[in-house]
Amino acid sequence: MSSTSVSAEASTTVSTVRESRRQIGDVIFFNLSRAFAALTLLMLAGIIASLFIGAWPSIERFGFEFLWSKEWNPPMERFGALIPIYGTLATSIIALIIAVPVSFGIALFLTELSPVWLRRPLGTAIELLAAIPSIVYGMWGLIIFAPIFSEHIQPLLTKTIGHLPLVGALFQGTPIGIGILAAGIILAIMIIPFISAVMRDVFEVTPTMIKESAYGLGCTTWEVVWNVVLPYTRAGVIGGIMLGLGRALGETMAVTFVIGNSNFLSSASLYEPGNSITSVLANEFSEATPGLYTASLIELGLILFLITLAVLVFSKILLLRLSRQDGTNT
Amino acid sequence: MITLSTQRKIANQVALTMSMLAMAFGLFWLIWILWTTLDLGLAGLSANLFTKMTPPPGASDGGLLNAIVGSTILVGSATLLGTPIGVFAGIYLAEFGQRTWLGSATRFINDLLLSAPSIVIGLFVYAIYVAQVGKFSALSGVVALALIVIPVVVRTTENMLKLVPNSLREAAYALGAPTWVVVMRVTLRASAAGVITGILLAVARIAGETAPLLFTALSNQFWSLNMNEPMANLPVTIFKFAMSPFKDCQELAWAGVFLITMGVLGLNILARVVFREKHKL
Repeated sequence: MSSTSVSAEASTTVSTVRESRRQIGDVIFFNLSRAFAALTLLMLAGIIASLFIGAWPSIERFGFEFLWSKEWNPPMERFGALIPIYGTLATSIIALIIAVPVSFGIALFLTELSPVWLRRPLGTAIELLAAIPSIVYGMWGLIIFAPIFSEHIQPLLTKTIGHLPLVGALFQGTPIGIGILAAGIILAIMIIPFISAVMRDVFEVTPTMIKESAYGLGCTTWEVVWNVVLPYTRAGVIGGIMLGLGRALGETMAVTFVIGNSNFLSSASLYEPGNSITSVLANEFSEATPGLYTASLIELGLILFLITLAVLVFSKILLLRLSRQDGTNT
Repeated sequence: MITLSTQRKIANQVALTMSMLAMAFGLFWLIWILWTTLDLGLAGLSANLFTKMTPPPGASDGGLLNAIVGSTILVGSATLLGTPIGVFAGIYLAEFGQRTWLGSATRFINDLLLSAPSIVIGLFVYAIYVAQVGKFSALSGVVALALIVIPVVVRTTENMLKLVPNSLREAAYALGAPTWVVVMRVTLRASAAGVITGILLAVARIAGETAPLLFTALSNQFWSLNMNEPMANLPVTIFKFAMSPFKDCQELAWAGVFLITMGVLGLNILARVVFREKHKL
């Protein structure tokens, strides 16, 4: 009688020891994984805080004037970000104007037109465009693309749209190949895979029922896509475009190679060489003297990060809204 | 006189033709870039590439040995550093933090970091590390690349763990396994192929990264394995040589471009194969 109670007692202590040991394992595991998750979270705050601190001398000295001053004069320690900000926005907008319709066409082809056996290889091929490192785009753009561009495409553009009112001025000037327009075109190629992947994914989410109803009413493929699929996936499509814009804004090496790296703009022409925030950073940072010069460059980085972040947050919210809407429908 | 129905048919034909042209437009650039890389890259390939150091400006006799080794060390160390952090954070998101505020916030921020400009990551590491220590070093380059690896790994790990059916977890719990054993030996193992895919994609992503290295590891013309000194690496070497007026340097740059492009595309294709083998899509 007493011996059984002793052994029962012993077995409970053994099991509580084992119980506590497994709890310790779980506690460690849980907290470790949570700590690393929190680390990711802190990274964002860390980036903003450290860039802000690094940029402080420049922020203190120039204030908001930094944003619209055209002067970039390292020897005189006068810095303004207007030219790089213009370069970044102009190249990204050109990229979007080209990439959005092309990506839409590719997504339409992959979801509605392509034979099923061709969908995966073609989809993968487009995705591989995103895998090519940006330095490869840069070198190819500078050495192969720019000469052909200046010899054949730019004169053609000048002859045709160069004579139109308003937009004509954008396509005037000496065709030297490298410049804002060339950088925008290369950026367009680089963001096509991102935008078309998102568009394809959201097009596939459209319920077949809705599409078939439209086909049943006698709609053509184009009418189904334009009047049914596109309105249904609007938020996702805009989210994808914003994602591409975010990529274009922060792209560095490809732009650095082909934008021409000039801190002066004498006309509105897109043929002019310019500078983007990223190309200024890539070219000048390692040679910059510590102090105001470095701080101004870091402030450029901070401006770039804040613009990109705003675009990406907007994109993310639109995409989340779509997946939530999708969740309630199914 | 064109009837409405012909008009609609024509509109449809025009739109579908445009769509095919868009597809051709995309493929056109891929083929052109790959062809250039093959054409000019193969011309620069020689035994010297793998046996000699990068040449000083103007010298004709040189290779990329120090850059290749340096890149391998940087990318390898960054993957070793970033992967565990990314996997654990991914485990938290999928297994513990699905409905917590920390989980949702991390998931949101992680997606932002995934698309954040890599040049800003380089500036960040410069500000918190290089500027404090006072010199460029390979180690800071490793940190910068690891910070780019983490979001990629977090994202794929979470997605892959979520694909594991709950019945598998319940079966393991029913056998009395503690949570950490369930995660490490059941769910993580079940999604191993997917997680490895994510790691391969992360390696492919950082192998060609140039911008963050400009502020951290910089480059080195000489052979150096010291993690506290600047280290040679392929992307920055290509950047320097591409801008160089010397023909030999440009040829080396194209050979480097060839190596990186083939490596990165190979990793991408390998990742897809690994994933498909396992999941039999």
